[in-house]
Amino acid sequence: MNSGRCAACRYLRRRCAPDCIFSPYFPSNNPQRFVSVHRIYGASNVGKLLQQLPTHLRAEAADSLYFEAQCRVEDPIYGCVGLVFLLQQQIHDAESQLAKTLAEVAVLKSHAKHPQAQQFEAESDFNNLLQKQLDNVANLSFSNQATSGFM
Amino acid sequence: MRGHEPRSSSSCAACKLLKRRCSSNCIFAPYFRSDESKKFAKVHKVFGASNVSKILIEVPEEQREETVNSLAYEAEVRLRDPVYGCIGAIALLQTKMIELQHDLALARARLARYAATSSVVSDNDGASMGPFGDFPAACGGFIDSFSQNISSEVNQDAHMYDFSQIPYI
Repeated sequence: MNSGRCAACRYLRRRCAPDCIFSPYFPSNNPQRFVSVHRIYGASNVGKLLQQLPTHLRAEAADSLYFEAQCRVEDPIYGCVGLVFLLQQQIHDAESQLAKTLAEVAVLKSHAKHPQAQQFEAESDFNNLLQKQLDNVANLSFSNQATSGFM
Repeated sequence: MRGHEPRSSSSCAACKLLKRRCSSNCIFAPYFRSDESKKFAKVHKVFGASNVSKILIEVPEEQREETVNSLAYEAEVRLRDPVYGCIGAIALLQTKMIELQHDLALARARLARYAATSSVVSDNDGASMGPFGDFPAACGGFIDSFSQNISSEVNQDAHMYDFSQIPYI
């Protein structure tokens, strides 16, 4: 029955039971997948985590564990948390850019109003868009603060 | 070498939990103080003390505190979300980033129209007109498969970013 063992049981050199918790998610044709996960989390922890999840969520969990394990192997210091930090910083920069751009729009808008007011009879549309963008920025800044407390 | 000093008063959080003597060169002691039992418990539950020890030994000593902090964060998130862990957080941040990019593009288009109409050249930094580079979406293809469950919007615009920044996948 050696040929029927999953990657986990092959690596752990044990019999692969019919109800093996690993076999649906660590097929024998991808041994590296289990090696990565085992190296970072340990087979026992992975098994416990998968066991506590409903069956229909285990595949996603195994995939996310594999991805995070790979990240940690590539970057032992930060793992996938490095990506979180990078994205947070980029979001912060993008929000600043957006606020700056909207401020510039507001300045140009007010300059345009006075000398050539007739060309902007449809300003109510622009006002609505501008207000919507300002509201978006305000909401994003708040929600970013809510998610920024990672560390 | 410590002789008979009581374990509870000098042991780090790791050795307390593992119920062993905390030696003077304990790898965990600098990073898991005796009052940080929950921090170590979470890390141990997700990664296991042995694996954490191996990871710490692998990194330079000056980087170990950062390593422990990132492990603690990752463990915390995994315990809160056993299915997606940090991937869920990354997918949400990517979604937010894409929305911001969209809003920024709209705002810049408006700015260009106003500038053209009013003949006032804005002194903004034109170099930043393009999309944000260095978007960490080298893992975008992998994360996209999660994003379909978390957010249906990430997939569609992820291709516009530079995927070469983080060579994880």
